Amino acid sequence: MAEAQATETRELPYVAAINEAVRTVLTEQPNAFVAGEDVAGAGSVFGYYRGLLDEFGDGRVVDTPISEEGIVGLGVGAAATGLRPVIDIMFMDFMGECMDEIANQMAKMRYMFGGSAKLPITVLTMSGAGMNMAAQHSQSLEVWLCHLPGLKVVMPSTPYDAKGLIIGAARDDNPVFVALNKMSLRLKGPVPEASYEIPIGEAKVVREGTNFTIVTYSRMVHESLKAAEELAADGVDVEVIDLRSLQPLDTDTVIASVKKTQRAAVVHEAVRFAGMGGEIAAQIQEHAFDYLDAPVARVGAPFSPVPFSPALEQSYVPNAAKIVAEVRALLGG
Amino acid sequence: MTAQPTDEVLLDMHRRMVRIRNFEQEAGKLAEDGKIPGALHLYVGQEAVAAGVMTHLSDQDWITSTHRGHGHLIAKGGEFGPMFAELFGRATGYCKGKGGSMHISNMDLGMLGANGIVGAGPPIAVGAAFSCKTQGEGHVAATFFGDGASNEGSFHEAANMASLYKLPMLFVCENNGYGEYTPQANHQAIVDVADRAPGYGMPGVVVDGMDAVAVYEAAGEALRRARAGEGPTLLECKTYRFFDHVGVRGMGLSYRTDEELAEWQKRDPITLFEARLAELEILDADSAQAVHDEVLAGVRAGIEFAEASPLPDPSVLLDDVYA
Repeated sequence: MAEAQATETRELPYVAAINEAVRTVLTEQPNAFVAGEDVAGAGSVFGYYRGLLDEFGDGRVVDTPISEEGIVGLGVGAAATGLRPVIDIMFMDFMGECMDEIANQMAKMRYMFGGSAKLPITVLTMSGAGMNMAAQHSQSLEVWLCHLPGLKVVMPSTPYDAKGLIIGAARDDNPVFVALNKMSLRLKGPVPEASYEIPIGEAKVVREGTNFTIVTYSRMVHESLKAAEELAADGVDVEVIDLRSLQPLDTDTVIASVKKTQRAAVVHEAVRFAGMGGEIAAQIQEHAFDYLDAPVARVGAPFSPVPFSPALEQSYVPNAAKIVAEVRALLGG
Repeated sequence: MTAQPTDEVLLDMHRRMVRIRNFEQEAGKLAEDGKIPGALHLYVGQEAVAAGVMTHLSDQDWITSTHRGHGHLIAKGGEFGPMFAELFGRATGYCKGKGGSMHISNMDLGMLGANGIVGAGPPIAVGAAFSCKTQGEGHVAATFFGDGASNEGSFHEAANMASLYKLPMLFVCENNGYGEYTPQANHQAIVDVADRAPGYGMPGVVVDGMDAVAVYEAAGEALRRARAGEGPTLLECKTYRFFDHVGVRGMGLSYRTDEELAEWQKRDPITLFEARLAELEILDADSAQAVHDEVLAGVRAGIEFAEASPLPDPSVLLDDVYA
């Protein structure tokens, strides 16, 4: 389905776009329900389920105990038996508490059962550093999920994408993780009032350029766009690709861009080592080796836990300046 | 309490137990002969539990099972042909050869899979019970797990959530005295797993898991509560596995004595049940033997079906990773 054209488009913050998406899902799908910690009475610690309990009732907006394995199991069992759960894992870091139900049950049930089970589960969770939440509330662990056949993984960078990807995830008959970004909650952008979905697996060229490609996603899209403006002064005309979906990965869009620009960097907030950058760089050399004029650069977090102190965290998280420096180094600047 | 089982129910339970016993014995022989790939965890000795619970359930009621799951599927209505085909890794198996013994399942029969992960089932059954409650058609979910699984956090999270939401659910602990090779006394400081139930605000009931009627009656009362909206029950069935943790003779580890096994075999659930049926003049020895013979013929036909079935074509390797 194509992205809907805006009928009425407003400027909404990311957090309100999430709220509107979940409200749309609950309205459009009578079998959908939301379950998670603090989602009903409190409307989530991030505020994005506010008002939904009053509107849809406690059978469809369900507070759970602090029991992540139980919550994900609830989602797996309910999805396999005919409902369409939207499961909330408050912080992505908490996946350690429920990784069996994610990795061994949710991801594999359909395949293990020879295709007889269908698992239409949407998992909303929160990623990212930058709020001094320290090592256990700040991680970007998307590669844990991307490595598991059976799951889909999306990471919206804008309010528009947040709404469209959540609705798209909830309409998908597979488990889809929507990893949101906590530093983006107040970020404003245009959001159509109407219901629309963004097809899962389609990247978006958010800035066209001619001689350098930055492949990125989530909040690093905005840092990459800032870096592109700065690099323009050097005569580097950067194309920025927002992947939006990491699994499936829109390799075609990436390769088409690299064939045009002949140089590329991958930028993400997650730890650089064994991150998405490694996979994307490998795909580029597999499909466009002869087009490359330089090695593919990777920008990511250093190999340490996310530090607490604002001074340390600022030096930990990638930003526009680091992206610019990395690109300049690559180009022999 | 639930009414005494009728003669018809008693004969039904007998057949379910005999079906499990014959399937598992033949599967065990095939495994020992190296004809079935992978690991088999056999249910022989525990038949009264599956039969006593499943006789109450329809195809619209859900169960989650364990790595020792063949008996649950058979009691839920599984057919021998596609079950053996699955154990043999054939394309005609219930999971098209992609699950095998540890993941054997049948959604049409309400069987949400054997499971290779100890304790993974209870949270999934919470989800199934949540569906049953939401759909409001009086269906239930039962989760089978062992004494070993009752030490997993997943069991405790599921028990709390099922009771909190008053879900139509039954927790069936098959306490066979061992978590893999470790005796219960070495893996938990309690004797009755049912003692854990009050901590979650639900009744815990202990029954003789070698007595199919006792299981049937206790499960009937628990399921009446579940369907009436009174919430879940933890039903602990004291039982014993006559074969090893894996396979028949298993790995030859010396973790239990022949004397202990012989003591439990004196209380073989099928022998006990047939004696009771004879006493009640419902089924005499000849008629019981006829059931065994008929079932065994069906088992052999199932094996023939499996052996004659094609292996999966490599072209299907990536099918069904996604819907």
